[in-house]
Amino acid sequence: MSAAGGPAFGRALDVVTRVRGVRGAMLVARADGLVVAEQLMEGIKGGAVAALAASLAGRLQRTMVTAGLGPSQFWHLQCDQGALLVVPAGDSLLVVAVTDPEVNVGLVRLELLRAAEAAP
Amino acid sequence: MSDDVKALSTELARDPQSLVFLRLGEVLRQKRQFDAAARIALHGLERHPHLADAHDLYARILADRHNYEQAFDEWDMTLRIAPQHTGALKGLAFLYFKVGDLAQAESHLQTASHIAPDDPSIAQAFAVIRGESGVAPPGPEPEGGYEAAPGPGAEAPLEPARIASQLPDERIFAGLEGAQEGLLLLDAAGLVLGGALKTPDGVDVTDTVAAYLAGVSQEAARTARLLGMGGWRGLSAEGQGGHVYVAQPTSESMLLMVRDRSVPLGRLGMLAQRAAQVARSWLERQR
Repeated sequence: MSAAGGPAFGRALDVVTRVRGVRGAMLVARADGLVVAEQLMEGIKGGAVAALAASLAGRLQRTMVTAGLGPSQFWHLQCDQGALLVVPAGDSLLVVAVTDPEVNVGLVRLELLRAAEAAP
Repeated sequence: MSDDVKALSTELARDPQSLVFLRLGEVLRQKRQFDAAARIALHGLERHPHLADAHDLYARILADRHNYEQAFDEWDMTLRIAPQHTGALKGLAFLYFKVGDLAQAESHLQTASHIAPDDPSIAQAFAVIRGESGVAPPGPEPEGGYEAAPGPGAEAPLEPARIASQLPDERIFAGLEGAQEGLLLLDAAGLVLGGALKTPDGVDVTDTVAAYLAGVSQEAARTARLLGMGGWRGLSAEGQGGHVYVAQPTSESMLLMVRDRSVPLGRLGMLAQRAAQVARSWLERQR
């Protein structure tokens, strides 16, 4: 798994990538969808995934606030062969995990929330 | 407390594992003591989680309380346990009829009539659905062994044409409650095909939310493709005041389901996928 970003960012992502079935994790700037730090398996296009994840998160966030449900704490895109899980880290960052289909989603969610708390 | 309730309660207290809870729950339901009936049914379900009649009893109580969504789930469960359970088939037919999906109602009655060809209530329900009678369809009634009780359908006579004209959106989401407030069906451009969405304060936000969601389907599909994960099946979000789930009934439509936090995210996904299936059938019929 290749890593990028400072040591503090790396530590925040470590807790997520340790979970079995997680293929990678990223810290993404919420406003512009740019990668702040990443630990991804080879072949995952971090930049593009980060941009789309931020855009999807933004749309869902607006939907939820408009529907009176308050800000979102967790997003989950389920696909045939995997999933993308996202939690906000403060106002400016997102913690994103890319997983296999058989992953324990509940556990990844917990670790993402921990990573979000630990994110600098 | 009436004598029969007292006697059945005593019997149940003496042997909590006894199936007498079915009779006690039904008697209480007939007396319209729904809270007590629900407690008895749930007590029975705790001890006999795989007993089809127990799920059927609870479904009838839920239907009496107009909790149609959960009643649908319970009858659905009844049929998983006992696919030939005519009570559940009639119950589901009743729910489909109630929301105006006459084709589904008829299909369930058809299955019930194959299993119990001599059941007069099925013929009566058929007559109503086909417009041969002005009376309500028989509501969910107990299987043999109990006294016949008026079901929810008997509370207010319903005519198919009236339902169809009054509840056009709910017809899409047959059998699912909340079509007017927590379910939204959109086309790929974000135009509303059915359902509606309101905030907890009652403000209609249907069009605004539809506009925000336009394009979500394409973005989700692109993300899945980029990650080499095939197609996307669902997109859920957990909020402080509730959860949302976006499903894709067809490649050109999107379904949004919103529920408060009392509905766990996993269950919301199941409900939304079921609604997507119903929406898919509806969309196919529109072509």
